[in-house]
Amino acid sequence: MVMISQRNPLSSSTSKMSKLTTSSSELDLDRPNIEDYLPTDSIPQPHAKLRLRDLLDISPTLTEAAGAIVDDSFTRCFKSNPPEPWNWNIYLFPLWCLGVVVRYGILFPGRVLILTIGWIIFLSCYIPVHVLLKGHDKLRKRLERALVELICSFFVASWTGVVKYHGPRPCARPKQVFVANHTSMIDFIVLEQMTAFAVIMQKHPGWVGLLQSTILESVGCIWFNRSEAKDREIVARKLREHVEGYDNNPLLIFPEGTCVNNHYTVMFKKGAFELGATVCPIAIKYNKIFVDAFWNSRKQSFTTHLLQLMTSWAVVCDVWYLEPQNMKPGETAIAFAERVRGIISARAGLKMVPWDGYLKYSRPSPKHRESKQKSFAESVLLRLEEK
Amino acid sequence: MGSASSTLTQYDIEDVQQHCNNLFSQQEIVSLYKRFCQLDRTAKGFISADEFLSVPEFAMNPLSQRLLKMVDGLNFKDFVIFLSAFSAKASMPQKIEIIFKVYDSDYNGKVTFKDIMEVLRDLSGSYMSDKQIEEVLIKVMQEAGYSKDSSLLLDDFVKILEHPGLKMEVEVPVD
Repeated sequence: MVMISQRNPLSSSTSKMSKLTTSSSELDLDRPNIEDYLPTDSIPQPHAKLRLRDLLDISPTLTEAAGAIVDDSFTRCFKSNPPEPWNWNIYLFPLWCLGVVVRYGILFPGRVLILTIGWIIFLSCYIPVHVLLKGHDKLRKRLERALVELICSFFVASWTGVVKYHGPRPCARPKQVFVANHTSMIDFIVLEQMTAFAVIMQKHPGWVGLLQSTILESVGCIWFNRSEAKDREIVARKLREHVEGYDNNPLLIFPEGTCVNNHYTVMFKKGAFELGATVCPIAIKYNKIFVDAFWNSRKQSFTTHLLQLMTSWAVVCDVWYLEPQNMKPGETAIAFAERVRGIISARAGLKMVPWDGYLKYSRPSPKHRESKQKSFAESVLLRLEEK
Repeated sequence: MGSASSTLTQYDIEDVQQHCNNLFSQQEIVSLYKRFCQLDRTAKGFISADEFLSVPEFAMNPLSQRLLKMVDGLNFKDFVIFLSAFSAKASMPQKIEIIFKVYDSDYNGKVTFKDIMEVLRDLSGSYMSDKQIEEVLIKVMQEAGYSKDSSLLLDDFVKILEHPGLKMEVEVPVD
């Protein structure tokens, strides 16, 4: 089980690993040193003579492996937590059945209707504005922004979204970037209905991709492809350009890089924190009592996820706009990212775990295993010299 | 939670408990079942190597490939039996036995010099040369009274590791 408390992760207890120096150039600099969080390996007491017993005793390594099989903090981040079923007895069950009838028979059609009306209004305004006002960029942008906020409000209404916003509303200023924790793609819609952000998103296939390339393009969104490694530099450049531009919509970034189940936060990618801009954290917490808003992309498509939301009673959430943060002198981008993650997690009541969200899609880098092997080798060789 | 809709009956729990010699409580077995279903994403009744490796903490472990050979394809009952060696209630010989099994990769009941060298290779990676490993191993084995050609049996392991014993316990989280 691996958890970290909210302390400065970079005040790494290198004394714990006294003889085992891991030069940071060997480790991936994109995230904090994971070895600082994981339990110490089989480090026999230094300065004691090496015996056969010490070499044969692999119990610490086995314990770690078995511990990971039994429970690990990474898998827990992506576990769906549906609300507890309450329909378990003879009085509540008919009530629940009635609830199902109301939700699927009355609410759902009503919501579909609202959404359809919303789309009709939106498209009938957006298309003319987009086509006819080609020359008047400023006015066109303003109108398109207002229209995007409108269609997002329709979306939120279609799930009976009850969103409470706390804190000062974001304003469009240059050299600032907004970061938020990520639970589902609806995070973007919930935030967008209040302020027309430009967002950086993974390019999706299907109807979502279509929306991304047409409408979201107008608010100034940036696309990337997780699987393309070279993409990173291009994206970093685009981010910097956007942030420095005067006329652009405020930029929203989800530094976790993937959807997490709203009980934990995974490590933030440092990209948003090295743009030389002020970082304004936003914390989002969904109230699970009506529906679990976590989009488990391994289990359901976005369409299924939306339908699930539309047949629930309500989507209730809190959004906190927190105090803007600047990089402190001498602070690295990674430390800055962790500090902001601490602020967001504290506000939304989420536990921090030291894992990279992208491990959902790929195996851990061999560097972690290599560093364990290095510590083992060094301790054996050191003890060998003891007589 | 995993996709398995089948729930464990009281009979199932008692059966599994009996098979692991009561080393886990019934609540722990229920938790282990939930975990089993969570890892077995396609509800096949066993967890594949790939699914084990999707747990980053496990994949990073230097002995993961050896352990995979022991746990790949196990059904739930055998999964619990495997993990029972890590219970706090398990006896020292039981824990030593599982360590023995990790070394004895060809299951012939004997651990040779070569077998130990292979495990040490896994543990030290590219940071110790074969020559260094051989040197260290010959030295400590001679001091313990074994030669390069000796094969160690389970009893030898018990003798070596029994005192002062080892701590190899995993806690099963119970909601």
